[in-house]
Amino acid sequence: MFFVGIYGFLTRRNLITILMSVEIILNSVNINFMAFNRYLFPNKLDGMFFSLFIIAVAAAEAAVAIAIIINIYRRFTTINVEDVNEMKF
Amino acid sequence: MINFTYTIWILLIPFLMFILLGLAGHKLKPRLSGLLGTGGLAIITLLSYITAYKYFFATPWTDETYKAITAANTVWLQLTDKLHIDLGVLLDPISVMMLVVVSTVSFMVHIYSIGYMKDEKGFERFFAFLSLFTFSMLGLVAATNIFQMYIFWELVGISSYLLIGFYYQKPSAVAASKKAFIVTRFADMGFLVGILILSFNTKTFDFITLTDPSGPAITHGGGAAFLGLSVMTWSMIFVYMGGVGKSAMFPFHIWLPDAMEGPTPVSALIHAATMVVAGVYLVARMFPIYVFSAPAALYVVAYVGAFSSLFAAIIACTQTDIKRVLAYSTMSQIGYMMLALGVSGYGGHEGLGFTASMFHLSTHAMFKALLFLCSGAIIHAVHSNYMTEMGGLRKYLPITHFTFLVACLTISGIPPFSGFFSKDEILAAAFDHNKFLFAVEYAVAGITAFYMFRLYFSIFWGRDAQYHHTPHEAPLTMTVPLIILAAGAAFAGFIPFNKLVTSNGQAFETEMEWVVAIPSVLIGLLGISVAWVMYKKTSDIPDRLASVFRYSYKWAYNKFYMDELYLFVTKKIIFRYISVPVAWFDRHIVDGTMNSIATITQVVSFRIRRFQSGQLQKYAFAFVSGTILLTILLIFLWR
Repeated sequence: MFFVGIYGFLTRRNLITILMSVEIILNSVNINFMAFNRYLFPNKLDGMFFSLFIIAVAAAEAAVAIAIIINIYRRFTTINVEDVNEMKF
Repeated sequence: MINFTYTIWILLIPFLMFILLGLAGHKLKPRLSGLLGTGGLAIITLLSYITAYKYFFATPWTDETYKAITAANTVWLQLTDKLHIDLGVLLDPISVMMLVVVSTVSFMVHIYSIGYMKDEKGFERFFAFLSLFTFSMLGLVAATNIFQMYIFWELVGISSYLLIGFYYQKPSAVAASKKAFIVTRFADMGFLVGILILSFNTKTFDFITLTDPSGPAITHGGGAAFLGLSVMTWSMIFVYMGGVGKSAMFPFHIWLPDAMEGPTPVSALIHAATMVVAGVYLVARMFPIYVFSAPAALYVVAYVGAFSSLFAAIIACTQTDIKRVLAYSTMSQIGYMMLALGVSGYGGHEGLGFTASMFHLSTHAMFKALLFLCSGAIIHAVHSNYMTEMGGLRKYLPITHFTFLVACLTISGIPPFSGFFSKDEILAAAFDHNKFLFAVEYAVAGITAFYMFRLYFSIFWGRDAQYHHTPHEAPLTMTVPLIILAAGAAFAGFIPFNKLVTSNGQAFETEMEWVVAIPSVLIGLLGISVAWVMYKKTSDIPDRLASVFRYSYKWAYNKFYMDELYLFVTKKIIFRYISVPVAWFDRHIVDGTMNSIATITQVVSFRIRRFQSGQLQKYAFAFVSGTILLTILLIFLWR
């Protein structure tokens, strides 16, 4: 699932899809945390809390990212990353 | 013990005046700023006289010996536990004497400048600089330690630079000020080296400790030998080098004639009466060290002085610019003072040369300032510096004529004017110690009388030159200082210097040495009569003489080509063989390294700038692949 996310992140040209890939990566990390926490340290809750944190941060991050995407759309009238290439030398 | 703490104000008043006039001067009326500067100087002069009276007459001295008093002192820089640099006021016979001389002449020059500089642009700037100069000169005189002296020594150099370049629109004045500054700066480097060696050897800067005949500096001085002379001797020679530069002795004299580009009151104050005798004062200040630890350095002092006085006197005979004649005459007279110090011993009658030197220093300050101020009045009246364009001025400038005559008689050593007494003491001291130097100085005395009266006769007598308008006497502000200084020059000879200013602080008896006095008066009269014959009426004798001795005359007229020699040495040798390679090294090696670093960075960055494409996913790809690579590496290397 993690590498599915990475693959999507690198190959998709649509910013919304890239954002979705990022969410997939985060979710894969969450599941990993839960699994490892359950099997390696069943008496501790660190992994659980980490997952909760990630979910909260991911929500905020999604909001910010969508705001950025909207702004990019207003500026360039596209959400294709290859067309958004002004930041170069 | 009398409290002398108030002497600190002698230094502070001119400094405050400098700040006031320098910062707020342009807001004041010019006349007011002139009056302020002069008023400040009046207070200082008064304070100096009070100090002198209290020091010499009102303080109860044990054993009738004048001792040095530290009137005020603060530690300024603590270098190590023992070695520290102080700022303060030191009073002993020579510094008290110098305080009086400097403040008197400076006061006269201030009054004179009100008239002379009237309607000049930058009137208040001039007075600000004069105050700065007075401050630094007094600080130099009153220095408690050699480092303070060095600081004020440089300040004096700066104010001299500013005042020579006062007419900064004139290229020649700017060149002269730069020359004066660079030459004296170069000599001061020697002074600094001397100070460092001296303080390294003796572990102190303090004058009282240094010059105590039974103190560690003198008894444990000497140190290791280098090239046959002790380290102490070398350090004193280096210190003397600073004195040579400031006092315009050969070979660092070349700046003094050019310094005459400054306004005439400046020439009178700085380049005749006060700053240029700083070198003499320096040697006098360190005198016990010279006598006890470095007699070889004292020889150098004597011979440099003698040579400079002869050299300058000969040049003075051929110059036509009156200020330049006076400049060379100054150099010659300072040579006298140096020589007197050089032939002096310590204590009692042996120390006659020391007393004579200080005596001549103060009389010279009077009469040479007078001569310069007179020449200022003449230039003011005729608008020319060249004596070929003058003549018959005695009818137009009676007061200037009279005072100039007094000054000429004084410098020629005709009794009862003060120059007679001081010069006679110098000659007597030389006669006792070194017959050769005596002969040189004897000849110089005659030459001095000759060139001074050459100047006098060709300015005030002879045929009337063509003037643009009838010359008129200078205003009262200028003539009053002339008269006061003339009185000083005439009667200062009766001050009993042998009671007041001596090498060890104890009075000794002198009597007229008729063996020396009579011939010296005679040769003075001889010089005057030769000048009388040649210049009283316009005659062709000078021209004929000049053509007979064509080559030597030309040689002397061009100041023995010293300037050309300096230019040759600096331009052809130092510039070509030292500066050019150094400049090449700087441009190609030092700059080259820096430039090549910059070039390489630039080339490399042009190569790699393509990586920054703006494509977000390329960055992400690089980031992810990099992470994977690092992870693999870590996993495999960790094992």
